[in-house]
Amino acid sequence: MRLITSRLRAMVVKEILALLRDRKSRMVLIMPPLVQLLIFTFATTLDVKNVDIGLVDRSGGAHAQELVQRIQGSPQFRDVIVLPSTRAMEEAIDKQKVIAALVIESDFDQKIARGQSATLGLVLDGRRSNAAQILGGYVSRIASEYGAELRPEMARRAGSSEITNWYNPSLDFKWFTLPSLVAIIVSVAGLAITSQSIARERELGTFDQLMVSPMRVHEILLGMMVPPLLVGMFNGVLFLLVAKFAFGVPFTGSFLLFLVAMFLYQMALIGMGLLVSASSMTQQQAFLGSFLATTPLILLSGYAAPIDNMPDWLQIVTYADPIRYFLIVVQGLFLKAMPASVVFHQLWPLAIIAAISLAAAAWLFRARME
Amino acid sequence: MAEPIPANIVAQARGIVKSFGGEKPALGGVDLAVTPGKVTGLVGPDGAGKTTLIRILAGLMTPDAGEVSILGGSPAQRLDSIGYMPQRFGLYEDLTVRQNLLLYAELRGLPRDAQEAVFKRLLDFTDLARFQSRPAGKLSGGMKQKLGLACALVSTPPLLLLDEPGVGVDPISRRELWAMVAELTKEGIGVLWSTAYLDEAELCDSVYLLSEGELLFSGPPADLTGAIADRVISVTGFADRRRLALTKALDRDDVIDGTLQGRAIRLLIGEGHPVPDAAALDLGPDTKVAPTPARFEDGFIEKLGGGPEGTSKLAAAYREIPPSDAPAIEAKGLTRVFGAFTAAKDVSFTVPRGQAFGLLGPNGAGKSTTFKMLCGLLTPTSGTGSVAGFDLRRSAAQARSSLGYMAQKFSLYGDLSVGQNLDFFAGAYDLSGGDAREAIERVTQIFELEQHYKRNAGTLPLGFKQRLALACAVMHQPSVLFLDEPTSGVDPVMRREFWTHINGLVRRGVTVLVTTHFMDEAEYCDQVTLIYRSRQIASGPPDALKAQAGALTGAADPTMEDAFIALIDASDANRDEEAEAA
Repeated sequence: MRLITSRLRAMVVKEILALLRDRKSRMVLIMPPLVQLLIFTFATTLDVKNVDIGLVDRSGGAHAQELVQRIQGSPQFRDVIVLPSTRAMEEAIDKQKVIAALVIESDFDQKIARGQSATLGLVLDGRRSNAAQILGGYVSRIASEYGAELRPEMARRAGSSEITNWYNPSLDFKWFTLPSLVAIIVSVAGLAITSQSIARERELGTFDQLMVSPMRVHEILLGMMVPPLLVGMFNGVLFLLVAKFAFGVPFTGSFLLFLVAMFLYQMALIGMGLLVSASSMTQQQAFLGSFLATTPLILLSGYAAPIDNMPDWLQIVTYADPIRYFLIVVQGLFLKAMPASVVFHQLWPLAIIAAISLAAAAWLFRARME
Repeated sequence: MAEPIPANIVAQARGIVKSFGGEKPALGGVDLAVTPGKVTGLVGPDGAGKTTLIRILAGLMTPDAGEVSILGGSPAQRLDSIGYMPQRFGLYEDLTVRQNLLLYAELRGLPRDAQEAVFKRLLDFTDLARFQSRPAGKLSGGMKQKLGLACALVSTPPLLLLDEPGVGVDPISRRELWAMVAELTKEGIGVLWSTAYLDEAELCDSVYLLSEGELLFSGPPADLTGAIADRVISVTGFADRRRLALTKALDRDDVIDGTLQGRAIRLLIGEGHPVPDAAALDLGPDTKVAPTPARFEDGFIEKLGGGPEGTSKLAAAYREIPPSDAPAIEAKGLTRVFGAFTAAKDVSFTVPRGQAFGLLGPNGAGKSTTFKMLCGLLTPTSGTGSVAGFDLRRSAAQARSSLGYMAQKFSLYGDLSVGQNLDFFAGAYDLSGGDAREAIERVTQIFELEQHYKRNAGTLPLGFKQRLALACAVMHQPSVLFLDEPTSGVDPVMRREFWTHINGLVRRGVTVLVTTHFMDEAEYCDQVTLIYRSRQIASGPPDALKAQAGALTGAADPTMEDAFIALIDASDANRDEEAEAA
């Protein structure tokens, strides 16, 4: 028996044509994912830039001056607003004129001059905790750099830590978001396309026509899997190129591994999409179904919040989420040249999810044939 | 008003043009008048422009050109005088019968204290009083139409617009609907009844015959049939060779249309030709020719320029199915249960090779269930079926490759072009390479699809959709054809063409299983079985069923529809007796 029968070929050609002949659905394939990638990249930036910081300088000494100038000179800060009193500082933070204020005590310069360690006060706006914390990090980095310059031997003796951000030395958050977005956006598009396949046949009344033909169930399903797979692989590679060449995110891993991982990831998503489609009677139901599936898949993937922070029972649920695995792979392949052995560790769960969801979709397809 | 409207007209339309941007306007300058106390028929196949015209009369749409006057005013000024029953969506399926009536009464501003009396009258009139608390969605097709009619009548309007009330309604309910409308005209209401069933045209007082947006005929139906009255003949006396006789007769120049009527054939002779006698027809030594009453459909066919030739190009190019004594289709005790409802009970029949077999019955009676079990779309709860000798359970794939299937609804890929559809179905039926190319070329030529080859199938004219569907079903030259309501809504010439192909294929040895609600089409079948309330209530050749009905009612020459009604009535009476006995 030939593996590729004329039936399978006819099915694949028909599915691809069905996707491409309709101008609307053709537009949906590539443009929206690309636009999403661009918008999300800028919208979900975690960098804190162009913020104003308040300053209550009770010392007025040369060292205090130098520190303030360094802060002013750093690209993260726009302006240093000098505040005359603690009261003025309270008001500035309350009215959100500044997100943080630096308090330099009157003995700051004297302590440094005496060779003692001086302390800085930093008041942060806790209502914007994420940005404030990042800002706190910037300030303490500047302060410790200055301290190290003044008394290199002190810094070493005190055992203060020197932070190096591996894989993303300048902490550019695009380096984190873009690889993740490749995983997320490919999943949204893949699920949406696949979920329409069987439901479309049912709604248009062509399902019966298909079922009375000698076409086998596996041929029908294989035919329906090919177009979303092609679109997904195409979009995945396109996003990789956009991330690398338009945004300068380094891709340090193996491209071949990326393709293998992408393939398995797509199969897992297509399995889930077919499951949604097989249980829907109309295209509208399928659309809602894919929407219902997509949101938890993204939230549980670890993209929005670290999986380690989730309650234990929810952490177990995330093991069924294909995005979880591919997210690790794609981040690893972009930034840290993840070796094949580590990648494969994430791939076998994807293969299992793909096998189970595809088998379930085939079963449901048969069960709901009537 | 430029021209006064005659006092005896409730609705008048002059020169109505409406285009939706297609190649041809939906209405190309149509005149129409509805008179009080009469049923005016708006007759034509699907896509003729009937619904568009009715919507314009109801004020739901404005024409591009032409004027409409309802009781001397525009439709918008006379909304209270118009009762309108749309083809679909008229009822709220989740509301009960009573709630639907109540809703329409409120919408029509019927005073609360008058409501009870009106509801009682309407429920009695439609015989729906027993079903008041049933959701409209759970009613049968006929009951839905009666309720729709009742809703349109909550206030008694001088003008009643009915958009295809006969669709999806079995012959019995159809007769009841006509009786109800006859009552209404006695009260002086002007009724516009639109229909695709040409036999309904003969029941109207006057008829407007639409085809592709053009008026082909207007006037009393007798005017149309009268013009051809002496040119319609019934020919008998050629025993089992009726299909061959019809083909030969249709190939003659003087015969413009012909149909099978049980063992007889019915011919329409072209204008200006002498009516041929038995010797001229040359169909065999025992041939007898007798005049027979003309029908509205004959007139329509003549207006359309006559039916197709008798020889089917499809059949001529088809392979000869080898003779065999084994039945081509066999149903043994097919039963299907859905929950507590038995949709088909113990259906059994065999169809020998090279015969046409008809499954008849009202909507929802179980004929579709039976049909689906036989082509493998439904698994029987009990019983077995086989097609071309293959058991549907054990060798479903082989059974499926030997059958061709044409669904009731257009079910090809509308976004794919004609050529792409043909490519797909060739592949789906295991044709590849040269075989596929040859098969596609053959059907493209037979069904004249070249001109539309690159066009999306969904935008084809209805007739071409039907041709393409048949082309896809026969490309692999199956020995068995399954046709589900194949001619629903198409014009009579297209129906003739279709049956010409079927007749030709049957003569080639193809076995055809067909469901139809056109009773005259049942006459094309060698055998029919009548399914009613999930059971087979009668089986046999059409002539035998007509004879059986004649014995039941005492009618001399019953039509197939008379037979249908008589047999169902008899079955109901039987059931009542059984119920009483138990």
